Amino acid sequence: MSKGRYGIHGGQYITETLMNELIRLEEAYEHYKNDPQFNQELNKLLNEYAGRPSLLYYAEKMTKDLGGAKIYLKREDLNHTGSHKINNVLGQVLLAKKMGKTRVIAETGAGQHGVATATAAALLGMECEVYMGKEDTDRQALNVYRMELLGAKVHPVTSGTQTLKDAVNETMREWSNRVNDTHYVLGSVMGPHPFPMIVRDFQSIISKEAKEQILEAEGKLPAAVVACVGGGSNAMGAFYNFIEDKEVELIGCEAAGKGVDTAFHAATIARGSIGIFHGMKSYFCQDEYGQIAPVYSISAGLDYPGIGPEHANLHDTGRAQYVPITDDEAVDAFEYLARTEGIICAIESAHAIAQVRKIAANYSSDQSIIVCVSGRGDKDVAAIARYRGVDIHD
Amino acid sequence: MTDMITKAFDTPNKKAFIAFLTAGDPDADSTVKFVLEMEKAGVDLVEIGIPFSDPTAEGVVIQEANIRALGGGMTTDGVFDIVRRIREVSRIPLAFMTYVNPVFHYGYDRFFAKCEELGVGAIIIPDVPYEEKEEIEAPAKAHHIHVISMISPTSEERIKGIAKEADGFIYVVSSMGVTGVRSEINTDLGAMVESIRSVTDTPCAIGFGISTPEQAEKMANISDGAIVGSAIVRIIAEHGKEAAPYLYEYVKSMKKAVSEA
Repeated sequence: MSKGRYGIHGGQYITETLMNELIRLEEAYEHYKNDPQFNQELNKLLNEYAGRPSLLYYAEKMTKDLGGAKIYLKREDLNHTGSHKINNVLGQVLLAKKMGKTRVIAETGAGQHGVATATAAALLGMECEVYMGKEDTDRQALNVYRMELLGAKVHPVTSGTQTLKDAVNETMREWSNRVNDTHYVLGSVMGPHPFPMIVRDFQSIISKEAKEQILEAEGKLPAAVVACVGGGSNAMGAFYNFIEDKEVELIGCEAAGKGVDTAFHAATIARGSIGIFHGMKSYFCQDEYGQIAPVYSISAGLDYPGIGPEHANLHDTGRAQYVPITDDEAVDAFEYLARTEGIICAIESAHAIAQVRKIAANYSSDQSIIVCVSGRGDKDVAAIARYRGVDIHD
Repeated sequence: MTDMITKAFDTPNKKAFIAFLTAGDPDADSTVKFVLEMEKAGVDLVEIGIPFSDPTAEGVVIQEANIRALGGGMTTDGVFDIVRRIREVSRIPLAFMTYVNPVFHYGYDRFFAKCEELGVGAIIIPDVPYEEKEEIEAPAKAHHIHVISMISPTSEERIKGIAKEADGFIYVVSSMGVTGVRSEINTDLGAMVESIRSVTDTPCAIGFGISTPEQAEKMANISDGAIVGSAIVRIIAEHGKEAAPYLYEYVKSMKKAVSEA
């Protein structure tokens, strides 16, 4: 069996044109991840530019209101560019630069990964082009303009369903067109090996910090870690350093859109089946002939028909559980966190908050739950207003 | 019995003209008709594309053909039915081209058993590279179906390893990027083919970007054949159900060019 397997999942299902580049990327990564100078540079960027470590904030009002476990919020929303995406992007763009690349390309759904990539490219002096589904450029127009401010060129993708999966398709096509000077900064723990590993490693700083912080605050491990899952990068980062701590429950929250019993959801684990797409074997929403299904979520960042292969394996082995959260539940949670804690989180992260609202009372007050607040919600305010029937302009 | 893929290259000058179309574009009846028409015009092997929702190795022309076919309700079983109808009247060598997920989802063994039953001799799956071919090759071989290896301009030191294990024919990708008509092909294909031939006798055909008889002749000169997809799909897109005579003329001119190589 090939490289990059997580149980039966993962692998490198990609065109021959890209294989040598993936092999070179893996070699470069294996070299630089142990290179003291690379790590020193990356840590400096993470600490002095992105603002790490991110806070682990005790949400006292939410804890009191829900009446159960102590709720801690891992504040990835406070990172520069407003989400966890910067962790991976700084790592990959620095790596690309070491590899001699002068240009980076990226897909983006909500625009957070595109903004982070454009930011890192501006900082490190690389050319940057971002592919974004046409539908997403409409619903996240502000992020398109942010990327352009940062010097990136944004390509609206009009093929297929015009959302995240089509943006990935188009970025892969562009990469196979021009690999010599270009690195594809894949934004999640998905795609062909070595991407799921590289992105997970760069995002695992979330759980590395959170573990130290919770031990400092509580003197013991949390009862559960909760995070939203599209491709699954913030969740993988939040789970990773707790995987060996079997007493810590790991809970991923998928986008159930208008409900898993409707045709309008992106709940890959709840409703998907095993398939091979975007370079990996994993779970996908697909029809009886293996055609990838159109998916739906209010959250552009979770609007993806697959899930990273390591998550698929955590599901198979029962180490993590994955639960569906509807648009309604996520929007309620978005408003709840704003009113209760004064934090406007990303609609993606609100899926995790919604799950915590459901389960907090099942735990005792000497237990704790860590929720990853993967991003901030400024980008979503106009969409939430529209959802509530309020007509405002971006 | 001679293998049908080997037979496709057994022409007077040992060069094959290979044509691609997407099954169900614009409908099943047309695909049957188009394949038979191309056979009349002298095509040596037809690659039938099983449409996929997300064809990441295709340029816009074939992407749109996939959308038309799926929009018209084409399915994997529908494609098998097209092949069954072709086989009622023709022994033209056939191969499938598709992405791994429709095959995986159908069930490898079930899929290749159907191929064997209906007389499809090979399969080309661009998203299964050398590293991943094992899971496809074992069930395909059990049903005597060739899994075609692809070699691209970036393959470099991988060429010999891939070529040594190649089966049926070798698909030499002429250019970087995705499928689509190109005015120029700049890759040093001669060197690639030479490297392949140093380790195997398996025929190699060049595809991606070929549309004119001049290009086809040039490619056939340095290899064992030329593969044309987007240029054919473009004719179908333009003329729809009435494309048969245009395909006949086009394929005839391309076959002539290849046979003069």
